[in-house]
Amino acid sequence: MRIVFEKRQSISRQALILVPVISFLVSLLLGAILLLISGANPLTTYAAMARGTFGSVYSLSETLVKAIPLMLTGLGVSIAFRMQFWNIGAEGQLVLGGVAAAWAALFLNGVIPDALLLPVAILVGMLAGAFWAGVPAGLKAYLGVDETLTSLMLNYVAILLASHLYYGPWRDPQGYGFPGTAQFPAAAWLPRLWGRAHWGLIFAVIAAALLWFILNRTRWGFELKIIGENKTAAHYLGINIARNVLLALLLSGALSGLAGACEVTGISRRLQQGLSIGYGYTAIIVAWMAQLNSFAVLFVAVLMGALLVGGDQVQMMMRLPASMGLVLQGMILFPMLAGSLFTEYRLRLIRREPATETPPATPVPGAEVQS
Amino acid sequence: MNDQPKPILEMLGITKRFPGVLANDHVDLELYPGEVLALLGENGAGKSTLMNILVGLYRPDEGEIRMRGQRVEIHSPRDAAALGIGMVHQNFMLVKTMTVAENIILGLSDLPFVPDLREVSRRIRELSQRYRLQVDPDAYIWQLSVGEQQRVEILKLVYRGAEVLILDEPTAVLTPQEAQELQGVLRIMTAEGKSAIFITHKMEEVMTFSDWVRVLQQGRLTAVRKTGETSPQELARLMVGREVLFRLDRKDCVLGEKVLELHSVSALDDRGLPALREVAFDIHGGEILGIAGVAGNGQSQLAEVVTGLRRTAQGRILIRGKDLTHASPLELIRAGVSHIPADRIGMGAVGNMAVADNLAMKGYRGSPLSERGVLRPRNILEFAKRMIEAFRISTPTPNTRIKFLSGGNIQKAILAREIDACDGLMVAVYPARGLDVGATEAVRKMLLSQREQGLAVLLISEDLEELLTIADRITVLFAGQIMGIVPSAETTVEMLGLMMAGVPLADLPALGTHDPTPGSSPA
Repeated sequence: MRIVFEKRQSISRQALILVPVISFLVSLLLGAILLLISGANPLTTYAAMARGTFGSVYSLSETLVKAIPLMLTGLGVSIAFRMQFWNIGAEGQLVLGGVAAAWAALFLNGVIPDALLLPVAILVGMLAGAFWAGVPAGLKAYLGVDETLTSLMLNYVAILLASHLYYGPWRDPQGYGFPGTAQFPAAAWLPRLWGRAHWGLIFAVIAAALLWFILNRTRWGFELKIIGENKTAAHYLGINIARNVLLALLLSGALSGLAGACEVTGISRRLQQGLSIGYGYTAIIVAWMAQLNSFAVLFVAVLMGALLVGGDQVQMMMRLPASMGLVLQGMILFPMLAGSLFTEYRLRLIRREPATETPPATPVPGAEVQS
Repeated sequence: MNDQPKPILEMLGITKRFPGVLANDHVDLELYPGEVLALLGENGAGKSTLMNILVGLYRPDEGEIRMRGQRVEIHSPRDAAALGIGMVHQNFMLVKTMTVAENIILGLSDLPFVPDLREVSRRIRELSQRYRLQVDPDAYIWQLSVGEQQRVEILKLVYRGAEVLILDEPTAVLTPQEAQELQGVLRIMTAEGKSAIFITHKMEEVMTFSDWVRVLQQGRLTAVRKTGETSPQELARLMVGREVLFRLDRKDCVLGEKVLELHSVSALDDRGLPALREVAFDIHGGEILGIAGVAGNGQSQLAEVVTGLRRTAQGRILIRGKDLTHASPLELIRAGVSHIPADRIGMGAVGNMAVADNLAMKGYRGSPLSERGVLRPRNILEFAKRMIEAFRISTPTPNTRIKFLSGGNIQKAILAREIDACDGLMVAVYPARGLDVGATEAVRKMLLSQREQGLAVLLISEDLEELLTIADRITVLFAGQIMGIVPSAETTVEMLGLMMAGVPLADLPALGTHDPTPGSSPA
């Protein structure tokens, strides 16, 4: 008997659901071993994590607070990755989106009607994010500059610009030296659904649906798919690669900018320290785990949000060291990533003796049909 | 011819399965010393699989291999080499930045830490003299022509003491003259008792090269014949399973307007070296202009220049009288230019997308496949079904990813898309390369029907028979220059062969006469 590892001809729906579920169970098992070694009861630890993330309406809202920016940046990153454009600048695009939204909320207050303040702040945030992604995209598309470095380095520029602003010119004079701007006027507050979960959730769901439509039902999306799969073919088919990549990246950046705008108008209601806590980097993991599928991004983002909140819970409730939370996060991610292999491949047991006749199953590469 | 009792190599009941395919179904093979065996079959018949098993790239699911009567297990190409089996693959496995001698000893297991390259060169010279494989051991691979590189591959095997040489479609990259030299080389080797297996789907080669022929069809061995006792017609029938028309019906066509004009066009290759030098010709509607030449003499650059994929350095390109010299690929598509690229998987198709999507990749820009920027999935599916039926593309469903189709069916899908979109000029690059008899016939018929509909066809091919059968005029490219343009009815394989080797038409002996003095006839 032999075990053969072979590529699936088509990805089965069953595997698409079963594989992540089983991977998750394996993760819990591995985590349990680790918890036992460090002397904690895995069951109570997991229970604490579950309670802290999904156990109540309040804890669910906290999970969503983390998940919403991950959804938006995850969607943004996944468009870029589909183009094989390695945009690791989502963090900077998010921060600059937050900065721009804060500018609108603080300085357009009273200049434009109150009803427009929030929409304008969000729009300006998206434009800023798009601009920040457009810089490396334009450099890549027209000058061939490697996007990995430029998009990464622009993160620091955006983060330092933000901290310059809230430490310096934009600092709230009545803030007792606290690094942050004054609170935004109420007209610029993003409404909340419950707890701290805000409208960003609605934006994220709309964005996912919109992205799905663009990619699967529009001419532009068709071109983007072709570019992402095979640039040589795209060029041959007369598709303008540079312009399309640039446009896709503007959209990608706009979504990260939206995430930043939602953070400042929905959560902190001011620009302050703590806007950049790595959502834009975690978004890369989210996008890959979701295999760049827009709806899957939503779910994976919730899972990652839960891991972030759950990690805090482990620390607070179980009195385990903070690093334990991080280790558990990693433990859960590894089997999930490894498991994704099984959606593309399958294991097959082959018995030697009875010459199992392979039925000439449907797709027959190599068997030519004459015309 | 050689009825020695002991075969050097036997393959018995070899079976190999791939997911969904039975690639080899109890195939037997026997090879005697001093014999050339031709392995004939269509694409996907299982020839390459069988040979890959022999050199240890695949393991058979069933069956056994015997070498000199002894059962052997071949786990890797190294095992195969140790047994004296070696293969010249279609894509040469040479390191371009290293010399011939270095390439030949590369990967040898018993190599001293510092090899004595002078001794290696001396042995190579000796072997190349013995087998008439002329090559300079100290030359770098990138300096060599394709034919010379093939000689290096063969030398590599001989150097390692191979007794059984496997050649995978070796003549595809050679001029007729080079192919003849190869035949001579094989004759010397077989005279010494070495033997060769020759993979091909060309009947003429079977007839000239081999002693025995084994025919594979859909993974099964369907016939074993002594070459002297069979005919190309019988072989074709055995291979395809039915009679094949060798003569295509080529109707006389009325020449239409000038569709494509090239005025002394020059272009550079990827390394910035001149690839086309002042190429000039035109093609009318209802005409097929064939471009012959050994691969690498500017053919692919010519196709790229005409389709806007490569910049024209000098000269002008006109389509229906309109100057489109620096037009983008999209502008040329809009001008009615279609392109069947040489690289099907890499350029012509998007492997991970559905057959239907691939078929829609030209028509998606407008109605009915899309309206105001939004795709019409139902119309795309409808269109795909129509194309699949009209071009007899064999696919499980229109939604199957195209990479799961065979090469011939991928090519048919590309043809379907390009023919449907074509409105003026069809640029076809090696359209039948690697296709079996049935698919080749289909492709040629489609090109002829394009011509009958009054379209202009630029056909780049390495198959002279193909050019002579379907082209109206043939031009030969050598080192990026046109050696001459001749009506195909007035030319011969020999003439084309000389031009492919760099002799301009003007220097050829006069047509029809056998005057050996060159340069005497104004062609």
